[in-house]
Amino acid sequence: MSLQIRLHVNGNAVTADVSPDTLLVTFLREHQHLTGTHVGCDTASCGACTVLVDGIAVKSCNVLLAQVQGCQITTIEGITPADGSLHPMQAAFKACHGLQCGFCTPGMIMSAIDLVTHHEHASEAEIRAGLQGNLCRCTGYHNIVRAVMQAAPIMRGTQS
Amino acid sequence: MPTLSYHRPSSIAEVARLARDDPDAKLLAGGQSIIPSLKLGLLAPSALIDLGGLPELRGVRLEGRSLRIGAMTSHAEVANSPEVRKHVPALAHLAAGIGDRQVRNRGTIGGSLANSDPAADYPAAVLGLGAEIRTDRRAIPADSFFKGLFETALDPDEILTAVEFPLPERAAYVKFPQPASRFALVGVFVSLTGKSVRVAVTGAGPCAFRVAALEQALAKRFAPESLHDITMPADTLNADLHGSAEYRAHLIPVLTRRAVTQALA
Ligand code: FES
Ligand code: FES
Repeated sequence: MSLQIRLHVNGNAVTADVSPDTLLVTFLREHQHLTGTHVGCDTASCGACTVLVDGIAVKSCNVLLAQVQGCQITTIEGITPADGSLHPMQAAFKACHGLQCGFCTPGMIMSAIDLVTHHEHASEAEIRAGLQGNLCRCTGYHNIVRAVMQAAPIMRGTQS
Repeated sequence: MPTLSYHRPSSIAEVARLARDDPDAKLLAGGQSIIPSLKLGLLAPSALIDLGGLPELRGVRLEGRSLRIGAMTSHAEVANSPEVRKHVPALAHLAAGIGDRQVRNRGTIGGSLANSDPAADYPAAVLGLGAEIRTDRRAIPADSFFKGLFETALDPDEILTAVEFPLPERAAYVKFPQPASRFALVGVFVSLTGKSVRVAVTGAGPCAFRVAALEQALAKRFAPESLHDITMPADTLNADLHGSAEYRAHLIPVLTRRAVTQALA
């Protein structure tokens, strides 16, 4: 059985014929060649595969492509402005040393963008709790939390 | 994952027909438990019937003295719902503590209940509030819904459509989370409505259960001190590498006291 799926990926309309058991992450990485979305565990534990579905963070290794037909998918490749500069969350991760090997970073950034978008004034404790679904083996998390706190007011547009 | 077929019906009647015609098909809600089970080969259904195309199964509504939550409402939606936060804050708090944010964005109340994982949070609330499970054919009281390990009163082709929670006077949920998974090592939901007290436990047995001894003690006086001399037998409780049966038995009255304190706060 093959399914025809229509959806938007980073603003572009996409049509795909896939087998029904295709995971969203497999489609993004292997069909769309958007390899910024990482697979760390494939068991919905690490969060490296986090993308936005209609603006909401999900673990793309734990969602079937068929479940998101008609949706707007945003991956790490889709958040940078057209001029090639960095999204404020990316810039903050860079400035605060919020990454070392970088493997967890795309998922962290997508998760953090969702967090700040839905909880504009999240406290440090709320940011730590909000990132529970994302694991990092390198940084020890402090600089990641710092980066999210630095990016939040910029994303709100109160600083620049 | 094994190859399977996929359906996305746009009416409950169509879901019912597909489920009746294919006894090996499984209903798909948010997929947060079923997709990992498919990957691990723990489940091999012939087809998935996706309930994602049925907006009528989503949302929270206050109906008189009860709160009706559609089966496809996500944990995040329950946690953030103004109605739930106002009328049953303990339920909003429970939903906000399930898994992690990404899982809460996809996982649903109906999926969690139909799965009846022994360590899931929602079964404690359903049993602890005396809720009613609505399906395409009947209403099932919480007390006869949970039957065992991953086993419920639902027929194989029955569709869980909503849960109706009566509004309690006081309620609280306290869990001792397994630190990696955030599943409940033990979780206790306590409610008080009129003279009736309910104490429901998850994480400690094959499925959620009530504890008569704790309920009776609290019905005499709804206060943490009422529970001081009560101990729980460990014989039938779960044991795994995260905690022995004795440890879980010890946690039940401890967490119940904490829940009563919170409910009174
Ligand atoms: S790869 Fe999806 S959560 Fe780890
Ligand atoms: S930077 Fe290496 S895993 Fe996070």
